[in-house]
Amino acid sequence: MLEYVARRLAMGVLTVLAVTVVLFLIMQLMPGDPIRLIADPDRIPPHQIEALRRQWGLDRPAHIQFIYWLVNIVRGDFGRSIVTGQEVRVLIATRMPFTLMLAVPALLLHYTLAVPLGLLAAIRSGSRLDRAIIVTTSALRTIPGFWLAILLMLVFAINLRWFPISGYQGPRSLVLPVLTLTLPMLGGTVRLTRAEVLETIREPFVLTAYAKGLTHNAVRLKHVLRNALIPVTVMFFLALPWLVGGSVIIENIFAWPGMGRLLWTAITNQDLPVVQGIIVIIAVLTVGANTIGDVISGMLDPRIRIELEEGR
Amino acid sequence: MKVMAAPPETAILQVDDLSVCFETSRGSVQAVSGVSFAMAKGEVYALVGESGCGKSTTALAVMRLVPPPGRIRRGHIRLGDEDLLALSDEAMADVRGRRLAMIFQNPLVSLNPVYRAGSQIEEAISLDSVPRPVAWRRAIEVLGRVRIGDPAERALRYPHELSGGMRQRVMTGMMISRTPDLLIADEPTTALDVTIQARILDLLMDLCSHSGMALLIITHDLGIVAEIADRVGVMYAGSLVEQAPVYELYEDPLHPYTRMLMRALPRLGKGQGRLETIPGSVPDLIALPAGCAFHPRCPERLAICASQTPVSRVVGGGRTVACHRGEVDR
Amino acid sequence: MASTGGTRPPRRSPMRVWPLVRVALGNGQLVVGAILLLVVLLIAVFAESLAPRAYDAMDLTNRLRAPGPGMLLGTDQFGRDTLSRIIYGSRIALRVGLIVVVIEGVLGVSLGLLAGYYGGLADRMISFLTDITWALPPIVLALAIVTVLGPGLNNVMIAIALVSWAGYARLIRSKAQGLKNMPFVEAARALGESDLSIMFRYILPNTFGLIVVVASLSLPGAILSTTALSFLGLGSQPPAPDWGVILSEGIRFLYDAPFLSIFPGLALVWTVLGFTLLGEGLRDILDPRMKA
Repeated sequence: MLEYVARRLAMGVLTVLAVTVVLFLIMQLMPGDPIRLIADPDRIPPHQIEALRRQWGLDRPAHIQFIYWLVNIVRGDFGRSIVTGQEVRVLIATRMPFTLMLAVPALLLHYTLAVPLGLLAAIRSGSRLDRAIIVTTSALRTIPGFWLAILLMLVFAINLRWFPISGYQGPRSLVLPVLTLTLPMLGGTVRLTRAEVLETIREPFVLTAYAKGLTHNAVRLKHVLRNALIPVTVMFFLALPWLVGGSVIIENIFAWPGMGRLLWTAITNQDLPVVQGIIVIIAVLTVGANTIGDVISGMLDPRIRIELEEGR
Repeated sequence: MKVMAAPPETAILQVDDLSVCFETSRGSVQAVSGVSFAMAKGEVYALVGESGCGKSTTALAVMRLVPPPGRIRRGHIRLGDEDLLALSDEAMADVRGRRLAMIFQNPLVSLNPVYRAGSQIEEAISLDSVPRPVAWRRAIEVLGRVRIGDPAERALRYPHELSGGMRQRVMTGMMISRTPDLLIADEPTTALDVTIQARILDLLMDLCSHSGMALLIITHDLGIVAEIADRVGVMYAGSLVEQAPVYELYEDPLHPYTRMLMRALPRLGKGQGRLETIPGSVPDLIALPAGCAFHPRCPERLAICASQTPVSRVVGGGRTVACHRGEVDR
Repeated sequence: MASTGGTRPPRRSPMRVWPLVRVALGNGQLVVGAILLLVVLLIAVFAESLAPRAYDAMDLTNRLRAPGPGMLLGTDQFGRDTLSRIIYGSRIALRVGLIVVVIEGVLGVSLGLLAGYYGGLADRMISFLTDITWALPPIVLALAIVTVLGPGLNNVMIAIALVSWAGYARLIRSKAQGLKNMPFVEAARALGESDLSIMFRYILPNTFGLIVVVASLSLPGAILSTTALSFLGLGSQPPAPDWGVILSEGIRFLYDAPFLSIFPGLALVWTVLGFTLLGEGLRDILDPRMKA
């Protein structure tokens, strides 16, 4: 198991490295001289521009630049924002908590709603309740998050005045953005849970569990749920980066001071160091979550563990 | 119409006029219709027939585990002095495993892949309110009893880490761990290769003779029947067409269907035959032919067979048969 | 698997179209989805005759008017008629969805075919590319690509396609792996057909059902993502009547003119729902095993 975890970690590091290489190459391919983003050549004399170029290391060959960049990233140094001059690492560190403040409750709410609903739909499969759950949660999926945000604002902030319309003004501000992140994705998890439970109920080992004398509830809990929830648990970890991604749009609508809004501002300002920094962080988060998901699925299902230990 | 081969007072299992149907979108499938038989303590009774004849459904009905949309429509099932169909779900769950247990055809998919072999046996033993460490120790003992070498180590393995024969032993161990009065085995060796088959059958026989447990074995393999059964019931299209002590059945099969089964055996008594070619096919259980369900395939049919369903009759020596020809001949 | 099947690629004969249509009509989801989309399609085609005014015709005397006679869905801050803008916007939505799906489909299918047919190094390289694509949430990767390419609807479409080809590639890859050992492919190889010809003339036609299903299932996502990026100001630029643009302009007048934020969203949901139902209906008919 230890060896398996180590291999997964190594794979993850390799993927993140590859992402940074691709990211760096893409940024190199950008049209125009990056120095123009820092200094306007029409207003600053050429010798000063040369000095700036040296200062930013832009006079060195690309692969040297890349190594410097990479070494700095590993040391946690993402450079400074071209626009504000602040250290990127400080910017991210102040914004990250706000994003997690949305993503983590959204994830928890998502699962506390979706898993019981999926379970209920599976137990009552074929009934009207089942249809209602599936249709409602699937319909939610076709509502774009940004429009749902607007509707929630209209109803709960403007008409009912229950919650603040935007910005961060204490815990009540969390409600609308968290709902916006949670609701559209419910359908997927509900369907997954339902399908897994229905599939597991048909497994012969469930019949065995009844045959050896377990009660209905013991069979459901220890044999059906225990097995059916393995993929659902893995999805839990894969969903976190998705929520962080989704927060880019949501944070903009709700004027939320998180990383997503920072990313959007940086993109509109062409503030490359900030964009790079955020993307590397999100890549680490995503790959990390995938790795944890894999390790957890191996811990929960010995068949997967064997398969993975033997190398895939 | 009630027919009993074993006297009621010594009977451990008594099935009377059992009918099971499955409601499907195409109509109602009559999987088991009016099956009656009884088993004595320690007896090995084999239910045989082609696949789809209702023998597995009969076994599941005894366990009260007929999967939906199937349901027991009529009949009585008594285990000792308990009326199983009258029990509440909880009371029935309490009977399962303790007095009545069942092993299934494919031991790989019938064991939960995420639990260790020992834990799955321990789970059964714990139902008798045994503390966990004791239950684990007993689970290892049980593995020894089903002749698994190095049981303490094997108890820690997951099902997919064990061989097919080993899995079936684990399954058997799990089901006999609480010394039930009756064990049902549904095609217990079909998924295994021949050499292992013999060992599993040996094991089942030994368990019966040592503990006085009765065994209801479901199979389509007449070789197995000859080897281990005391009595045999032959099923066709949901009905029990003939039952007899095993030697009498092989010596003198009464029902034309039984005779065809015997002829399909390559060499009688060599214990290695599968049912092979029988002309015609198993009837559609939604639209059973009128009269005797077997008459379209029967080489000896009479005029009455197409209109009237034959009733099971006792024909001496604890034998029963459901055939019009017998009524005329004997 | 290898012992069955003839030596010719099994294809549906055109004679069998009618039973398929009958099956399609029996699938409620598919019929409802098709009706929803037919409405959008008709609106897009006949936009000129349906729209009361041009999508960019300003009328500064009638700014932010609530819905009423003459301006059924109200007007925006420049007095432009919202109904007309939404009607013209349907053209953008449909075009965007189709173009994105075609680009990502071509990319994903060809890479999937290469990976599945050749295996080995090609397979590993393409898998690695897939891993990198999936190392970022799609919207973030799309944003990164837009950063490089610059804002604009075309660039956004390319970005969305570049982040979503991997799904096609994975499915086509496993399908191609299964097909490449079928007797009709081996026969073609024995007859000296080139690899390229085998891939495109023998394997590809047998993946059409799968491609249609995947494409129609990813269409709603494509429309949603491009609209979202337009909403963020990175895609279509004003005065284009893109639904995302109308919404992002409307949100500034949420208090005074909430209708500006409601109707374009309804149009978007209508269209996305249509494609979703159509896609799921097609999946049930063409590839029921994909049902999750």
